[in-house]
Amino acid sequence: MEGNNTNSRILSIQNLIIKFRLRGQVLTAIRDISLDLYKGESLAIVGESGSGKSVLVKSIMGLLDKNGYINQGNILYKEYNLAKFKSEKDWLKIRGREIAMVTQDPMTSLNPLKTVGKQIEECVVLHQGLKGKKAYEQTLKLLTDVGIHNVEKRYKQYPHEFSGGMRQRIVIAIAVACNPKILICDEPTTALDVTIQAQILQLLKNLQEKYGLTTIYITHDLGVVAKVADRVAVMYAGDIIEVGKTHEIFFNGKHPYTWALLSSLPQLGAKGEELDSIKGTPPNLFNEIKGDAFAPRNPYALNVDFVERPPFFQVSETHFAKTWLLHSDAPKVEPPQALQSFFEEGRRYAYGK
Amino acid sequence: MANKERLLEVKNLNVTFGKGKNKFQAIRDVSFEIYKGETFGLVGESGSGKTTIGRAIMRINEVTDGEILFKGKRINGNVSKDWDKEITQKIQMIFQDPMASLNERAKVDYIISEGLINTKKYKNNEDRLNKVKNALLEVGLLPEFASRFPHEFSGGQRQRIGIARALVMEPEFIIADEPISALDVSIRAQVLNLLSKLQKQNDLTYLFIAHDLSIVRFITDRTAVIYKGEIVELAETEKLFSNPIHPYTRALISAVPEPNPYKEQAKTIEIYDPSQHNYNLNPPSFVEIEEGHFVLANNEEIVHYRSMSSIGV
Repeated sequence: MEGNNTNSRILSIQNLIIKFRLRGQVLTAIRDISLDLYKGESLAIVGESGSGKSVLVKSIMGLLDKNGYINQGNILYKEYNLAKFKSEKDWLKIRGREIAMVTQDPMTSLNPLKTVGKQIEECVVLHQGLKGKKAYEQTLKLLTDVGIHNVEKRYKQYPHEFSGGMRQRIVIAIAVACNPKILICDEPTTALDVTIQAQILQLLKNLQEKYGLTTIYITHDLGVVAKVADRVAVMYAGDIIEVGKTHEIFFNGKHPYTWALLSSLPQLGAKGEELDSIKGTPPNLFNEIKGDAFAPRNPYALNVDFVERPPFFQVSETHFAKTWLLHSDAPKVEPPQALQSFFEEGRRYAYGK
Repeated sequence: MANKERLLEVKNLNVTFGKGKNKFQAIRDVSFEIYKGETFGLVGESGSGKTTIGRAIMRINEVTDGEILFKGKRINGNVSKDWDKEITQKIQMIFQDPMASLNERAKVDYIISEGLINTKKYKNNEDRLNKVKNALLEVGLLPEFASRFPHEFSGGQRQRIGIARALVMEPEFIIADEPISALDVSIRAQVLNLLSKLQKQNDLTYLFIAHDLSIVRFITDRTAVIYKGEIVELAETEKLFSNPIHPYTRALISAVPEPNPYKEQAKTIEIYDPSQHNYNLNPPSFVEIEEGHFVLANNEEIVHYRSMSSIGV
């Protein structure tokens, strides 16, 4: 499977820089990102709020706010370069049809004045070209696919008659109705309860298999990442600082920011003791960032971290990290105490398999 | 456990909203005790009534039936003026969303001292400012921040202001209603650490309401699981997580994602089906299965649960 993956790139982001004009100033939200997405995989993008994860996927959908623009770089999909798209007409070829999105809050992403059936059917008519009875039947099939019972009655109901979890299922049905190749899930379960969250994640996994989707998850919950992702990209201050297979990031993470994210998980903390926390605040993106953006908050920072931006160092065939700690001249640094036993446990799983 | 001082007791609490046809029983016969100095967790999904219990203790929601005792004295219903004043100070609350719970038009100074002003709990203006300054320092903010407005702060800082506002009243008991759910991952750890530090320092007792079980496991000493207005299981937190007995607790714990891709992807999730209970013929009661471990069960289930707890599944 891994061999196949590397061959079929479905989306390729190259040297992307996205800026926003804000009150006469310019903010750099995405700072020179390159990322490939392979067919059939599910990639998770993690990072704290303001790290640029949502901006990145919005640029793929052409949904950047009016004051945002792509300053440099390419987004290659099929024969198109999405970074060069100018008009809404261009985007209509891609949006929904090729790349669809499931948003965070199912309370606000549905039209309260239309029955859910009509909202799904709209997409079926527009993107699959079906009409009348056929479109109706396809809609019922989609409703069944996302795990809704009693579909004929449910078709005629309005969003307020559904619970949060059920609404998120409707949103997913709408996204899938467009027959997309890529499905972007922006914090799909943040607004939901744990038990419902587990169900929705399972549903997304099943649909991915059934429809052969490639998925991008945006989340800050590492538990969700562990459940759904094949590959993880960690973002900090508009940059991808580490990318690799899920187990490589979780159990062999190399960037101190990845360490900090993992060790601040309450699951790893010992009761009655302080939880590791990240000191300070993320950098101001209005200013130019010198060196490694995480350096001022990084207890392991080297002098060079404040001067020069680290390139990607290769850890394995699939695992890369942007930290000078991986340079051959760098001093040997052990990850924080709390993480070491976690890493060890993970490696036992990896070798036991 | 038994010789510990009981700070708060909730006895057969019922809360009902609405009247007649629209009557809705949000809390059904809930009883628990919170000991001095501990952190008591209350978990459940949205709509299960966990916040309603917190609000009933704060006396925001009226109690339909039952009793709430603080230090052995009743706090619901009609209470004397002095006692009312005392519990208003001794019981404080920290809210979920720091973006919504601070008055946008008031300066931090006023936000923190509002409680002091209402209860006239200061000698003169200097004393008041001093108290505000100390509260800010305690939560790790600078005293200069007192002259700023809430919008000038980040989410984590705002939550600290919310905590300072509770602390300035010198409470003994704090209800924290999802205090970190609205915060970013990197800030959660900071606020959790702050809450534990303050607990040790000021000898506080917490009622910690949350739906995130991984946080509950980390911070609480004892936990009650609530489902549709009823407590279905109550035990010491570690016991509850390592040896859950009630099927709903089991389903809830199995649904918590773990940060381990191997375990997580191999895991099967238990689904709770309330129709598995035969409660019409054989109504349940809240029984002690082993020491300090309570489960809602009927006679038939008690036998089954007892054997489960003794084998340790």
